[in-house]
Amino acid sequence: MVIRIITNFFKRIFNNIFSVQRELKLGFYGPPNSGKTTLANRICKDWIGEEIGKASRIPHETREVNVKEEVVIDYKGKRMTFKIVDTPGIATKIDYENFLRYGLSKKEAKKRAEEATRGVIESIKWLDDMDVVVVVLDATENPYTQVNITIIGNLLARKIPVIIVANKIDLKKANVKAIEAAFPEYEVVGLSARYGKNIEEFYETLFNTIKKVKRRRR
Amino acid sequence: MAKGIKLQFIPHSQLSVMSPYKRVKFLLDNVAEDKIIILQGTLSHEEKKDLIEETMKKIKGSRGFRGIEIETLNPKIVDMGLMMRLRKSIADFLVGDREVLTLIGPATIIKEVKKDLKKLELFLKLK
Repeated sequence: MVIRIITNFFKRIFNNIFSVQRELKLGFYGPPNSGKTTLANRICKDWIGEEIGKASRIPHETREVNVKEEVVIDYKGKRMTFKIVDTPGIATKIDYENFLRYGLSKKEAKKRAEEATRGVIESIKWLDDMDVVVVVLDATENPYTQVNITIIGNLLARKIPVIIVANKIDLKKANVKAIEAAFPEYEVVGLSARYGKNIEEFYETLFNTIKKVKRRRR
Repeated sequence: MAKGIKLQFIPHSQLSVMSPYKRVKFLLDNVAEDKIIILQGTLSHEEKKDLIEETMKKIKGSRGFRGIEIETLNPKIVDMGLMMRLRKSIADFLVGDREVLTLIGPATIIKEVKKDLKKLELFLKLK
């Protein structure tokens, strides 16, 4: 009996140390053009000095999942290693004709549309594999869309901790309160991934959310 | 001759007997035939996720299909207090939520769905 208690005690300590040191999979999800790659780039640049992918104003710029391993974030004495997973934007429709507006040729637009459909499927497949998810929403758009509700609903069903980012607060039309009102039970961080405004609050929230991952594993 | 727009109302009873996979397939097949579906009830988050996934596969596999527009309307929830909402969630879990309406249609026909708490407005593209 005593031996079992001592064994369990050491096992628990070992597990806690192990879970703290392990790499956490941090996924970036959201609709197209909300700034997922811009935010993931900023975080990667801040901590490892290199970007994860290319961001652009044309929707569906990210068409396959990009991964950056061993991203060590050392914020105010708290240290954690992440595997950053930047995913293609999730959409219910993809029309190649929309890409023509951005100066793409018909052939390029069709290729982009086909790759984008594959990207959405890939994003969805990765959902089950995440430890924490940052849902990046464009704060200038209506947050209450079926895509956003579906992403967040699925994360909730899988008990994956979620941080909602209301991105693009540098723009006049940005309305962080609308996002907070749409998802009142979640932590919402308003920031500008492009200019790094309020990124400190994001790191603070990230480390608070990690505690939930540890609790989930025990 | 101009083609008409087909609206199809699907009662809860018709979908409730289908498996989640068949439900998604049935809805998508109908939308791909240029029908706008008005569904009594709603899909689960898991089914909506599957619907998005199957929609992407269908876009890849067909020339004219560009995806879907989907929106839900839950008129009763507006006036409910917290306890009523909780009771309603339990009831919905047990018998299915029949007060909600879900609209699913082809993206080539639906230009925009405007939604507020009490109504859905549908703007169509006239071919």
